[in-house]
Amino acid sequence: MGWNRKILRVNLSAGTCTEEPLNMEWAQDYLGSRGLATKYLVSEIDPGVDPLSIDNKMIMATGPLTGTMASTGGRYTVVTKGPLTGAIACSNSGGFFGAEMKFAGWDMVIFEGRSPTPVYLFIENERAELRDAGHLWGKSCWETEDIIKRQHQDPQIRISSIGRAGENQVLYACVVNDLHRAAGRSGVGAVMGSKNLKAVAIRGTRGVAGIKDFPAFMQATQAAKKVLADNAVTGQGLPKYGTQVLMNVINEMGALPTRNHRDVQFEEAGRISAEAMHEKRASDGKPHLVTNAACFGCTIACGRISEIDKGHFTVKNNPKYWGASGGLEYEAAWALGAANGVGDLEALQYANLICNEQGMDPISFGATVGAAMELYEMGVLSEEQIGLEAPFGSVEALAKMVELTAQGEGFGKELALGSKRLCEKYGHPELSMSVKGQEFPAYDSRGIQGMGLAYATSNRGACHLRGYTVASEVLGIPVKTDPLVTEGKPALVKAFQDATAVFDSAGICVFTSFAWTLADVQPQLAAACEGDWSMEKLNEVGERIWNMERMFNNAAGFTSRDDTLPPRLTQEPAKTGPAKGLVNRLGEMLPEYYSLRGWTPDGEPSAETRTRLGL
Amino acid sequence: MWKSLHIDPARCTGCLQCEMACSYEHTGIMNPAKSRIKVFSFEHEGRKVPYTCTQCSEAWCLNACPVDAIRIDLGTGAKMVFEDTCVGCKVCTIACPFGTINYSQDSGKVQKCDLCAGDPACAKACPTGAITYIDADWTGYGRMQAWAAKANTPATTA
Repeated sequence: MGWNRKILRVNLSAGTCTEEPLNMEWAQDYLGSRGLATKYLVSEIDPGVDPLSIDNKMIMATGPLTGTMASTGGRYTVVTKGPLTGAIACSNSGGFFGAEMKFAGWDMVIFEGRSPTPVYLFIENERAELRDAGHLWGKSCWETEDIIKRQHQDPQIRISSIGRAGENQVLYACVVNDLHRAAGRSGVGAVMGSKNLKAVAIRGTRGVAGIKDFPAFMQATQAAKKVLADNAVTGQGLPKYGTQVLMNVINEMGALPTRNHRDVQFEEAGRISAEAMHEKRASDGKPHLVTNAACFGCTIACGRISEIDKGHFTVKNNPKYWGASGGLEYEAAWALGAANGVGDLEALQYANLICNEQGMDPISFGATVGAAMELYEMGVLSEEQIGLEAPFGSVEALAKMVELTAQGEGFGKELALGSKRLCEKYGHPELSMSVKGQEFPAYDSRGIQGMGLAYATSNRGACHLRGYTVASEVLGIPVKTDPLVTEGKPALVKAFQDATAVFDSAGICVFTSFAWTLADVQPQLAAACEGDWSMEKLNEVGERIWNMERMFNNAAGFTSRDDTLPPRLTQEPAKTGPAKGLVNRLGEMLPEYYSLRGWTPDGEPSAETRTRLGL
Repeated sequence: MWKSLHIDPARCTGCLQCEMACSYEHTGIMNPAKSRIKVFSFEHEGRKVPYTCTQCSEAWCLNACPVDAIRIDLGTGAKMVFEDTCVGCKVCTIACPFGTINYSQDSGKVQKCDLCAGDPACAKACPTGAITYIDADWTGYGRMQAWAAKANTPATTA
């Protein structure tokens, strides 16, 4: 079974919580989490809906492997129509919240309408009720978790919440659970804020009983864990260095976007790398990194727990930031650092802490700061407008901007709109390093060609987690491909996109795919879930999910013209490194990609493709 | 030879595989809420600490039980709760200085670590070696070895 077969529908306008059976036919076609929640969403909302209006819905969903002994089986997904992009938004998170939802007996929670006053949802096994959150409004994610646990006198409650950023509807606000894990991208936290929903607090003590064949499941999960342990990336690299292991690697490849993608290598990359996090600081003799940490059920444990330098100017008068806390991960270190030319590790951790505390996506925030700094250097934005001097590399500007944005003050209100709206407002739309309104993550597609196509076609806007061809083009997983050529990349991107949709929908972490292929996931799903879960079926489910998301975006107004990259990447050659002189050759890849997908030249799934996939 | 669960918190990542394994072993489902080993996370220090019964030689719980429902398994040394005898009075939960024996509302009895008949599920499930099951007389062996290595003495030259 794998599923609890039960969903909770919360009507925030009416203040009601209603139990419904899970649609098991859909579960067979869309698996769970990302796929199944998206199926519910696209069946229930008008694709043209304003994402921050009362008519949008937001779903928190687990997968069949969430809450089980499958390694990394702790993930949940937040699905909604995203305010940053206007496209499908689908952000998943680890930590412990997703497993707790499963233990309480639910597969997903659908939120609809808008509460007239701030509320939080409290779930204790079968019991679910909306409670007043007037006392929580204005509080950070960290304070919210603390207050709810104290109020219920139960330290074992798991909580997912929004901070000030979500309340203020920062367009890249995220939903934060377990203090520093986040459903990070596309502004899912702003949607939650628009619904006056401050938090979801869950205590589940029922466990996961619905495994189809327990002995087979234990055997399959055990074998798969061994694959992770024996793999150099998941068994050694990620536990020791975290995702930050990539900083120096990507910089050497000439694919580390620097200063709003003006450059592709950052001269100070070493200072903000994994290696730097292990080194003892000159100031206090302690390393930045305290330990690694796992999310629920994870046998990799890539998470970073660090302690900021208490003497750093950003925190020296603010002891609440002195304790061990989450960060830095590669994407955040890049977005807050290289993207702005800032090479001060402690300042990056400060900005990262604020992003965690108040619930903001550090990728989109950092990249938006990068755009603002470029506008400042061009003389388009003045010191008066921003509130201080803000050239590339300014540690002070980064620190000030993160505070202003998190609190919704001054120039922070403009940064809260994301780089696309900011750059459009000041007459330079070409300077927004984004696709479909969402900012790029930490890989420059001039040096990693396949990522250009992955970004351009990602259903939630620019994103590395929808088709991570970096695995193949840089790390050689599952086979090494040349990052500088476009040949073969359309098929590679499609394969990664479809497989990733299955990983996400199963309730496991996509980082397992450094070691696992679908063939490692398949026996785990087959033992957990009733029905046919062959490799063939899984490939089809992945492709179906991808096309379903695409059709929602098409219906929301997106066309092939939106499958594009900023001119900087397709017209301005990389200045240094192995990709020197190259641009991204998206035009060479896109038609072949459409053809492989069975889409029309306009980028719409053809009637034949829709029929084949049952869409 | 009896063995002991040996816990090295410095290796714990907080993944809770041990809690799931314990609950599966004893209840047949995966449910950390029913686990007899708990992992505590001290967030602001970055520390994770697994904690369970250490099987005291002179066990407070065993001595406190008014109906002799807690007895020693001579094969493993585990202090075992016999559910058919236990009346759920909870005196043992008061007597235990460490809190590692607890009442279960589902069964109306108390539960504690029973060392899984000599093959503890938590130790098998731990991916980092934070929980091991080793010779009860030599739980300090690994630490002694580590300190011995730090003695930095020259190799024998003779």
